[in-house]
Amino acid sequence: MKITQGQFSFLPDLNDEEIKKQIEYGLDQGWSIAVEHTDDPHPRNTYWSMWGTPMFDLRDPAGVMLELNACRKEFPNDYIKVLAFDSNKGFETIRMSFMVQRPAAEPGFELVRSEGPGRTVRYTLRSYATSRPSGDRYSSAATP
Amino acid sequence: MNKALDVKITDLKERYTSGVLKYRQMGYWEPDYVPKDTDILAVFRLTPQDGVDPIEAAAAVAGESSTATWTVVWTDRLTDSEYYRAKAYRVDPVPGSPDQFFAYIAYDLDLFEEGSIANLTASIIGNVFGFKPLKALRLEDMRISPHYLKTFQGPATGIVAERERMNLYGRPILGATMKPKLGLSGRNYGRVVYEALKGGLDFTKDDENINSQPFMHWRDRYLYCMEGVSKAEAETGEVKGTYLNVTAATMEDMYERAEFARDLGSVIIMIDLVVGYTAIQSMAKWARKNDMILHLHRAGHGTYTRQRNHGISFRVIAKWMRMAGVDHIHAGTVVGKLEGDPNVIRGIYDTCREIHVPANPQHGIFFDQPWASLKRMMPVASGGIHAGQMHQLLHYLGEDVVLQFGGGTIGHPMGIQAGAIANRVALECMVKARNEGRDIWNEGPEILTAAARWCQPLRAALDTWKDVSFNYASTDSVDVLPTPTAS
Repeated sequence: MKITQGQFSFLPDLNDEEIKKQIEYGLDQGWSIAVEHTDDPHPRNTYWSMWGTPMFDLRDPAGVMLELNACRKEFPNDYIKVLAFDSNKGFETIRMSFMVQRPAAEPGFELVRSEGPGRTVRYTLRSYATSRPSGDRYSSAATP
Repeated sequence: MNKALDVKITDLKERYTSGVLKYRQMGYWEPDYVPKDTDILAVFRLTPQDGVDPIEAAAAVAGESSTATWTVVWTDRLTDSEYYRAKAYRVDPVPGSPDQFFAYIAYDLDLFEEGSIANLTASIIGNVFGFKPLKALRLEDMRISPHYLKTFQGPATGIVAERERMNLYGRPILGATMKPKLGLSGRNYGRVVYEALKGGLDFTKDDENINSQPFMHWRDRYLYCMEGVSKAEAETGEVKGTYLNVTAATMEDMYERAEFARDLGSVIIMIDLVVGYTAIQSMAKWARKNDMILHLHRAGHGTYTRQRNHGISFRVIAKWMRMAGVDHIHAGTVVGKLEGDPNVIRGIYDTCREIHVPANPQHGIFFDQPWASLKRMMPVASGGIHAGQMHQLLHYLGEDVVLQFGGGTIGHPMGIQAGAIANRVALECMVKARNEGRDIWNEGPEILTAAARWCQPLRAALDTWKDVSFNYASTDSVDVLPTPTAS
């Protein structure tokens, strides 16, 4: 399956030129760009690992691309996303979020149902990948 | 009687002699009054009966919506009546409508109970709307002072926290109302929810009149819907939701339904405007306490918002609902099947989403409205919209909006999932193009056609609905004042 988190997951994967244009848009709005990665893509895994802090003082898209490429090099099998943080009143939150790398194979999630009283069911999403330890989840050895 | 009919009587003995006075004589017209920062201000559109002087009509509206009755009463003298009287302070002719006038009225903060929409509206839209000397009356706009605003909870969740909970940024949210509105069994209904969410929508929605009818009782619907939501989450890796309508006959029933929705893990519930202001405030408090997003369907509003000469403008309803504490409100589409002049819609969207709304007569906004720290409310665009209008929707409505394609998803020739894919692809490609600096207003159709080359569901959607538009003149447009008004 393809995890479709992020604002452009239904489009063909963005190439570096397209990623750069999106970063440029975010910078033009006065936002700060951040790069985050994970090997636990559960939709409620809020805190992906930060590739450093948001780049508050970096206003050059090429500089952001250097950081992104360094992250890709170190975590070639992780999910990586680019985020834009807006510090303006009324927002003070994330304004952009899109995937820029994903593992070659995405096993996805099992829907675990626990039947309860009446006809109620408690639902749990369990990632097939996270049964392995972090760092060993999407490597070529781990990919079925 | 030899009294001047058009001025306030200042001699108290004369003022309180039993009998009937003009409202102006009683003191409800104060052309020199300078509104205080704490005052609640309202602007009404008056259509006086033939022969009724517009200033007297304005004074009458001030009187009837605050302290007055039809005759002099001595008991006024037991109070600081001067202080409690609402004051009409300005009357302007409506451009292009010689029989109509905009009347500005100031109300002291002390006239209203803290945190109560019911109390505010009992005065402002109370008896006065049936007042015989007026042919028609419309509440056009209000300025709620920050002092009064701060006595209200405001949206239970707000736009920022909603997006953070949904893990959803950088694009409008996508939804769909389940169709047919009535008649599906719980099992069949949940199927539509699952297909639409799995296909790519973020939210699905009960319609306003789906409560607990013989063909589908509410528990059955909630159980099947949550199966659909959870399954779609597992298959997409995204957070999804379905607005479970908890509207019911009594508050007790609504709480019972809301609690069941919460216990099943739903992130959002909905209510209809027809449940009433007090019930809405109760549900907003419940939603804040239970981490629930609260969607409001504006069922019923068209009966009093649509005609320009009588009723309440929707921007006032939107304002009250942001105070009352809902998170979502249907606020118009501009291009869809329902009423919506672009300027009026802009004024309503600003009222929902901005932290400070400056006066802008073009948009029907008569007063500066600071929103204190009440959260921002998500407008919802729903009714006769489809993927082929994506550039127009993004242009008119911006990013913080839920775009709901009901027929535009479920009516897709290749099925519901394909309908959802078409909408999601159309949306993402349009946001991407906008961010890349392209002129989506003019290049929109081209951008969609390019995406349709690799996305067959989008191609089918464009082919199916290419000629659908609803080009009728709006009944509710703005009559622009010659000069802008600062509070």
